[in-house]
Amino acid sequence: MGEKGVIGLADAEYIIEMLNITKEFPGVKANDNITLQLKKGEIHALLGENGAGKSTLMSVLFGLYQADEGIIKKNGEVVKISNPNDANEQNIGMVHQHFMLVECFSVLDNIILGVEPTKLGMLQENEGRQKVVELSNKYGLHVEPDALIEDISVGMQQRVEILKMLYRDNEILIFDEPTAVLTPQEIQELMEIMRNFTREGKSILFITHKLQEIMDVSDRVTVLRRGKYIGTVNTAETTVEELSSMMVGRPVSFLVEKSDRKPGEIILDVDGVTVSSRLHKNNAVKNVSFNVRQGEIVCLAGIEGNGQDELVYALTGLEKQSAGNITLCGQDISKASIRDRSIDGMSHIPADRHKFGLILDYTLEQNLVLECYWEPEFQKRGFIRFDAVREYSDKLIEQYDVRSGQGSATIVRSMSGGNQQKAIVAREIDKDPELLVAVQPTRGLDVGAIEYIHKQLVAQRDQGKAVLLVSLELDEVMNVSDRILVMYEGEIVGEFEPKKTTVDELGLYMAGAKRDNGRRDLT
Amino acid sequence: MKKKNGSSLLGGDWLASIGASFISIIIGLLFGFLFLIVLSLINSDGEGFRSIFSTAWKYGFKQILMGGFYLPPISLGQEIAAAAPLILTGLSVGFAFKTGLFNIGAAGQYTLGAFGALFCAIVLGLPWWACLIGATLFGALWGAIPGIFKAYLNIHEVITSIMFNWIGLYAVNTIMYGGGSGVMYDSSKTKVWDLRSLFPASVIPNLGLATFFKNRSTTIAIFLAIIIAIIIYIIIDKTTFGYELKACGYNKSAARYAGISEKKNIVLSMIIAGALAGFGAGLYYLSGIAEWKPLDSTALPAIGFNGIAVALLASSNPIGTIFSALFISHITTGGSLMNSQYFPPEIADIISGIIIYLCAFSLLFKQLLMKRGSQRHSAELLDSTLKEPPHIDSLVPESDIPESGEASGKGDDY
Repeated sequence: MGEKGVIGLADAEYIIEMLNITKEFPGVKANDNITLQLKKGEIHALLGENGAGKSTLMSVLFGLYQADEGIIKKNGEVVKISNPNDANEQNIGMVHQHFMLVECFSVLDNIILGVEPTKLGMLQENEGRQKVVELSNKYGLHVEPDALIEDISVGMQQRVEILKMLYRDNEILIFDEPTAVLTPQEIQELMEIMRNFTREGKSILFITHKLQEIMDVSDRVTVLRRGKYIGTVNTAETTVEELSSMMVGRPVSFLVEKSDRKPGEIILDVDGVTVSSRLHKNNAVKNVSFNVRQGEIVCLAGIEGNGQDELVYALTGLEKQSAGNITLCGQDISKASIRDRSIDGMSHIPADRHKFGLILDYTLEQNLVLECYWEPEFQKRGFIRFDAVREYSDKLIEQYDVRSGQGSATIVRSMSGGNQQKAIVAREIDKDPELLVAVQPTRGLDVGAIEYIHKQLVAQRDQGKAVLLVSLELDEVMNVSDRILVMYEGEIVGEFEPKKTTVDELGLYMAGAKRDNGRRDLT
Repeated sequence: MKKKNGSSLLGGDWLASIGASFISIIIGLLFGFLFLIVLSLINSDGEGFRSIFSTAWKYGFKQILMGGFYLPPISLGQEIAAAAPLILTGLSVGFAFKTGLFNIGAAGQYTLGAFGALFCAIVLGLPWWACLIGATLFGALWGAIPGIFKAYLNIHEVITSIMFNWIGLYAVNTIMYGGGSGVMYDSSKTKVWDLRSLFPASVIPNLGLATFFKNRSTTIAIFLAIIIAIIIYIIIDKTTFGYELKACGYNKSAARYAGISEKKNIVLSMIIAGALAGFGAGLYYLSGIAEWKPLDSTALPAIGFNGIAVALLASSNPIGTIFSALFISHITTGGSLMNSQYFPPEIADIISGIIIYLCAFSLLFKQLLMKRGSQRHSAELLDSTLKEPPHIDSLVPESDIPESGEASGKGDDY
């Protein structure tokens, strides 16, 4: 390991230096002459939009990719990292955005996997357990060593990933978008843990596109844009505005601009809907009633897993409700098929775009006609009119600025997350729906794409459409919506106007600490 | 692999697929030759290597390579006649693959198809084309059952198909035999009645092919099979129905989200797969290649299972199925022409077995080919099947990349 006998100034300054890294994929320069220098004991944020090359750069550091050009230095000495084992030897550890855990193994098994303590080929589990428990106590990373991964919460899974790095005595810790899956409280905890690590002398690389987290926790920030190095700044000397314009390349507005608008007719009326849960015996949605009117954005807020998903499934027809009625534009659609609901004017931007929203192995054009391929415009006696499909798809791509390698013929799997989402938004809005159900439409997207999608939602509202937004992000809830309904344990526990409430108040309702009983619509 | 639509038919992806199949075939043949050499080495009485080598070549490998061309025109006629039903069972399996189902029940559907064809011919005395329809309907029925179980009871189609293979086989045998006095049973020959002598109208016409090949079982079946393959290609790639079926195959949840009834599509695609296998049986038995022997048929017809091989070798592409079926038929015919004093005809099965086994690697070969290609003209081959797709930082996590080959294998054609 490169630590021995290296003297000099560089040694004290930087623990890791990635100098002039270039990495090219066929047709795309993912990293173009990027330099990143990590000081010992700092939290260094790596900021950039989707597709900016953050993950590629980290994969180069972690040995998943080889850089075409450039060198990596550790403590001033050039090192070669050609696979994750090499990275591990250099004490570099990484928590991936999508966890690398064996679902049916216990927490302990996952942590020691690959570096199991053995004696004569026999597994010495207790030795491992001892070390894991020690580490867990030392850093306040609470885990249950014997629980199976599939049974524990996402937050705990992340702690397992962190313990994996600590167990391997890693000094340089890479966190790839660690907060994307956490609740606000868990994010706070994570930040505290990260600060603890730096006090211990560990160095942290923190990949994110959430600006507030950077301001909260990091010491320095390196910004990438479209594969290029934009700059490195001290967090204390910068602002959210400066960072965002470095990241996007132009000033970004965080406040959603929208005028006051008077809601019109009731479009969606939900009356006493109950949905049974697939996970447990209780109902996931309990006797929920509300409505959405023309020209308003109603936001369903709440912590994940409080029945929002099931309620949306019932509304869109993916699952049957066990009781209650749903009316769309005065028509009872309680038992209507998914396609009938779509024809009657319901659009749905699903929460899980890979599971529901897209067929990843289909081309972009095939995905864009996913809900209208059967219309006379696109088929004649059952034969697809490829010209019409291409024409329509090209039009949507142009109009909604969906970017991809080969336009309409791009396989969707190869597109970036933001553009995949744009494709779904284009498809759903172009249907010209009466009601748009948007479930976490900005999840995992960068600032530019979030701004874009919020604008689209507001534009729908201004055209007199009804929008039902399901969101876990309180900023989004406060900014975009005209009316907020808070869901807790399958019930609507409060109804608010964004101007007359605060994030703190919403938080209390979301956590179940407060509730308004027997409340009906305010409007 | 997949053609998205006409435009990509000549894309690099397509070439790589064919290249990969060819690599599998060549390695398979080399293994076969090696096998023949080892066999003749075992049987030799201390002869020199030269003579061992020449035995392996002269009495075994030459026949396999030449296939039907070894004894033309008769064996060529045999090869073509045997290819026709194989194309259909290949289509049956391949079609199900395309829609995300594994139709291991082609053998059973084929058995029922044989029954349907023979029943229509012998009992109802119908003309050949009506018998073919009968075969198709019976096959479709046997395909529908696993489809319904899968769609409505969520029982895996592989389990149901395997059980219904055997149920079908013994049911057909029992009915045909009828305790020795079945209407369809010729007890003097212990076979089902010979169609050609008793029901000539039920035999598929040969339009002079029989004379040309000096082989009376060479009928227009091969043309019918090719026409069906083209129709299946059109259905899969050009119609909204095919679009729906493939959507269900790739991503059932998204298909449902789009308002496509995935249950209906599972049943329909199994019905079509069954119909294809049944039609294949019709082609075989209505060409009079052989008669069904109810007492001896204690194993499922091999053509049903060879369909899996054919589909794999063709990456489930309907047009490719024509060629892969011809190829499998080619080496099988060659195997039967080997000098049985030296080598058992099963060598051909071993070779095709090795080739099929290598087909599992064809994705690997394909990736290697595409990688080489991409080094030469990178921009042209920008495709999702590349090992390192350009979705940098996208929501598809980087962690997916090492698995992408496997994933695309799963999602695609098997």
